[in-house]
Amino acid sequence: MQNAVKGKDGITRYLVTIKVNGDEYTRIVKANTLLVNFLRDELDLTGTKRGCELGDCGSCTVLLNGKPVDSCLVLAVEADGQEVTTIEGVAGVDGLDKIQEEFIKNGGLQCGYCTPGMIMSAKALLAKNPKPTEKEVREAIAGNLCRCTGYVLIVKSILAASGQEMETYYE
Amino acid sequence: MYIPDFEYYAPDSLDEACQMLAQFGGRAKVLAGGTDILPKAKTFSPIAPPQTPLPEILVSLKNLEELKKIEYVPGKGVVIGALATHNDLVNSELLNKKYMSISEAAHQMANNQVRNRGTVGGNLINAVPSADLPPILIALNASIKLVSVDGERVLPLEELFLDVCVTCCTEKEILTEVVIPDQKMTGSNYIKFGARRSGALAIAGVAVAVEVENNVIKDARIVAGAVAPTPIRTKKAEDFLKGKEVTAELLEEAGVIASGECKPITDIRGSAEYRTNLVRVLTKRALRKAIDQGHV
Repeated sequence: MQNAVKGKDGITRYLVTIKVNGDEYTRIVKANTLLVNFLRDELDLTGTKRGCELGDCGSCTVLLNGKPVDSCLVLAVEADGQEVTTIEGVAGVDGLDKIQEEFIKNGGLQCGYCTPGMIMSAKALLAKNPKPTEKEVREAIAGNLCRCTGYVLIVKSILAASGQEMETYYE
Repeated sequence: MYIPDFEYYAPDSLDEACQMLAQFGGRAKVLAGGTDILPKAKTFSPIAPPQTPLPEILVSLKNLEELKKIEYVPGKGVVIGALATHNDLVNSELLNKKYMSISEAAHQMANNQVRNRGTVGGNLINAVPSADLPPILIALNASIKLVSVDGERVLPLEELFLDVCVTCCTEKEILTEVVIPDQKMTGSNYIKFGARRSGALAIAGVAVAVEVENNVIKDARIVAGAVAPTPIRTKKAEDFLKGKEVTAELLEEAGVIASGECKPITDIRGSAEYRTNLVRVLTKRALRKAIDQGHV
């Protein structure tokens, strides 16, 4: 590979360029740098959370080329040349995204640790399917765990962001 | 958590990738989606070794666009590139039309985020006993292609698996495609039984493919996952079904025979007895569904 250089410590480092939230960032990373650490430590985009780091909890969810992925399971070198959207890229200059607004309005978060991941999963779902059913919403956030057990209000928030009400039997 | 240091290469062509693997020998491993080998390679501390450490070198296949396709090749069948992700299978129009059961099986894997990264090839080569794709692919008589500098070989998928996480794919070889031949089978189905619907490994899973004509079973293939070191075909149950008329008792009996053929272990997800009983129930249900739904 052309963009690699072996340091005096015997460790090879790689030049990667990743487009994050519309801006291209070029950094030198080791092969074992995970995308989540690249975002948090190199770019200071700490909205993306590290949770289980094993692909179970979804708190590190980002959009890689528009698709939600666990950034703890993606190497930074693998994301070279790709496009990443993090929670910092969701809000526009003129205010919060509709999904974020609805999370606030409907109480879709308690401690907030899972929220960036939840919003990224919701963002990907609504981009693909603007009027999802409750089942589809639950399916889309099945890879995002909330330890405050606030799923009902999260589902409600996402449905509200799509302009729908929850056909609720839980109050 | 962190992953100990390794070297990384991303070749631009399959030839180059094969040459690298031949050159590095046992020091290198192929990286596809990484959803299995990366978490297993993570550790909390340098003195506690990870579950399965990475080798010195990873050869990433991310640039090999030609291995990401799912297409129909007349005379050969449906060709699924090894780098197609699980969500590629779920969303493939071709598979939804021809092999809905494969799309459904892929949809039962892990969660959306993992399905966007994890690949078919990775799922097969990691050879985890509870993997969800091997049973349905074996039931549909899939074959695979392994490519190396010495040439390529094509073999039935069921011959790939040797033991828990052990396959006959050598360190020089790359799995490039899975081929599902044109079917005589009239119905197929995979039922996974896990603790929850998303993100859980199968406690047991059964895939079946049947050829039914005038309510008589002409041919059947039954494959059970997570109940033996490798996915297993329950051949006695298959033979038992052939030539018989479909009745509720027949399917129940087939389930009993199939459960007698598996050799499950007891672990945190379920006891051996529980798994054996699951195979009985799942075989019956999968057969019923495959017979009733009328498409593969």
